[in-house]
Amino acid sequence: MKAAPGLPAAQASALARLSDAFWRHPRIFVALLLLLPLSWLGVVYIGSLSALLLQSFFSIDEFSGLVQYEFTLKTYRELLTPSNFDIILRTFLMACAVTVAASIIAFPIALFAAKYARGRLKALFYLGAMLPLWSSYLVKIYAWKLILAKEGIINWVVEALGLKFLLELILSTPVIGGNSLSVSYIGTFIVLLYVWLPFMILPVQAALERVPRNVLEATADLGASRGQALRHVVLPLALPGIVAGSIFTFSLTLGDYIVPQIIGSSRRFIGQAVYAHQGTAGNIPLAAAFAVVPILIMAVYLWLAKRRGAFDAL
Amino acid sequence: MRFDSKPSLLLKASAVAGLMFLHLPVLLIFLYAFTTEDKSYEFPPPGYTVKWFAATWNRPDVWQALGLSLKVAAASTAIAIILGTLCAGAMSRARFFGRETISLLVILPIALPGIITGISLRSAFNIAEIPFSTLTIILGHATFCIVVVYNNAIARFRRISSSLFEASADLGASGFQTFRHVLLPNLGTALLAGGMLAFALSFDEVIVTTFTAGQQQTLPIWMLEELVRPRQRPVTNVVAMVVVLVTLLPILGAYYLTRDGEREDADDGRKSGNRNA
Repeated sequence: MKAAPGLPAAQASALARLSDAFWRHPRIFVALLLLLPLSWLGVVYIGSLSALLLQSFFSIDEFSGLVQYEFTLKTYRELLTPSNFDIILRTFLMACAVTVAASIIAFPIALFAAKYARGRLKALFYLGAMLPLWSSYLVKIYAWKLILAKEGIINWVVEALGLKFLLELILSTPVIGGNSLSVSYIGTFIVLLYVWLPFMILPVQAALERVPRNVLEATADLGASRGQALRHVVLPLALPGIVAGSIFTFSLTLGDYIVPQIIGSSRRFIGQAVYAHQGTAGNIPLAAAFAVVPILIMAVYLWLAKRRGAFDAL
Repeated sequence: MRFDSKPSLLLKASAVAGLMFLHLPVLLIFLYAFTTEDKSYEFPPPGYTVKWFAATWNRPDVWQALGLSLKVAAASTAIAIILGTLCAGAMSRARFFGRETISLLVILPIALPGIITGISLRSAFNIAEIPFSTLTIILGHATFCIVVVYNNAIARFRRISSSLFEASADLGASGFQTFRHVLLPNLGTALLAGGMLAFALSFDEVIVTTFTAGQQQTLPIWMLEELVRPRQRPVTNVVAMVVVLVTLLPILGAYYLTRDGEREDADDGRKSGNRNA
């Protein structure tokens, strides 16, 4: 083997021997490559997650307010009290609603972008889905604060169209309504949907890109109407993409505490409960137990998703 | 109606409506940056002015927050590029036991809600008695930025044909020479694209940061405080608009970098197709 240019012969041959050793022992090489990233993720991330998990098995002394460092399931039992369980149920239902709505809105965008748009239009659609995915989370929420404000654009449009009675009718609906859009579940839902929708579009589009055109042609040749083809061919093929996207919309909604804090009623979501318990209340064990709930829900969800082959569409 | 013919009007309309839903709200911020109203979010704005840009320019707290955000984003991007590339290199090369676990481990920090990553890190820092500082912010950001670089790098690794490395070895290059002269030039744009996205992600991350920042303010934390208790609406409008523009650049940059790569692939395919014909 020739020496590398510009290196002293001894050093070059040492390097060469090292690279030969790597070539002969690919497993050691792979292990060396993985050493740094895995120790980072293992120590910083898994270490932290375990620290959290551990805390959830401690409890807080009701009189002194201090954490008692002995194993107990008392904190988990506290999650089942009606007020805490309401928080979990509310968050879960909101995550379901956001995920369903996101897949309904994302599907036509993804289908058009994957199967009909060409050239420049396709690039436009791709960018149109990718830009909001990466753009600032807070700015998006801020935009909706402007839109949903009492003196904001929605009320202005509604009044200009003379539809104020309709908006009031919607807001007077029990549970989802409220004094105004910005303090109702409807408002929270719209903003969560807006913030997490882009995470649904790209996986669905990726899944649809992989459907060969001749499959679609075959449905038509075999006499299927558009509706039949959609129902029996396109949707089942898009499903892994929808499941992949829903992993994100579902999980991110479950843990969001900023959107419900800024747009919504005073009723709490899991994220807000975690934040409040670890902060002012100083009840770290209960905060940790609350944080475990989304992890568990996501673990079940991921397990189900994996069985449907959703990871191939990521 | 055949499915493979033109898109139906309904499909076109709902696709366009969906895209408008995604983009119009953010554009509204641009309008508000010029409003003369400073006490409410009145629409339509009663008048237009550019004086808030000067007012924002003269705010030391905004500059300080911006400076910290840029510093954190740069540092965590650098760490993420190194760790993400190493990981992608290993994963593209071999099938081994525990491979799926590793890919799950890389995705996890971004697939789990930010609040879980945030509170985990916070309790770990507390247990280890590490004081909150710029360093703790970077530790958190780098953890969830790795996946972004990893995804870009592994996609490129898959496209680089392994015969390139074999040819390089046959021609007498050592592993390090192959790395320097064959792998890096092929990987470069993917790493740059991944790095830009990681930068954008770190630049506006707020959830994990609220748990790891202590007393310091990054720009998103500054904005969050304004969102919860609006005190200086006009300045916030301008900052929001600047944030949109600042994050737009790396995202567009990353798009063009990876798009060119795909186009080359398509061209190669066409060329080899012609040759076979």
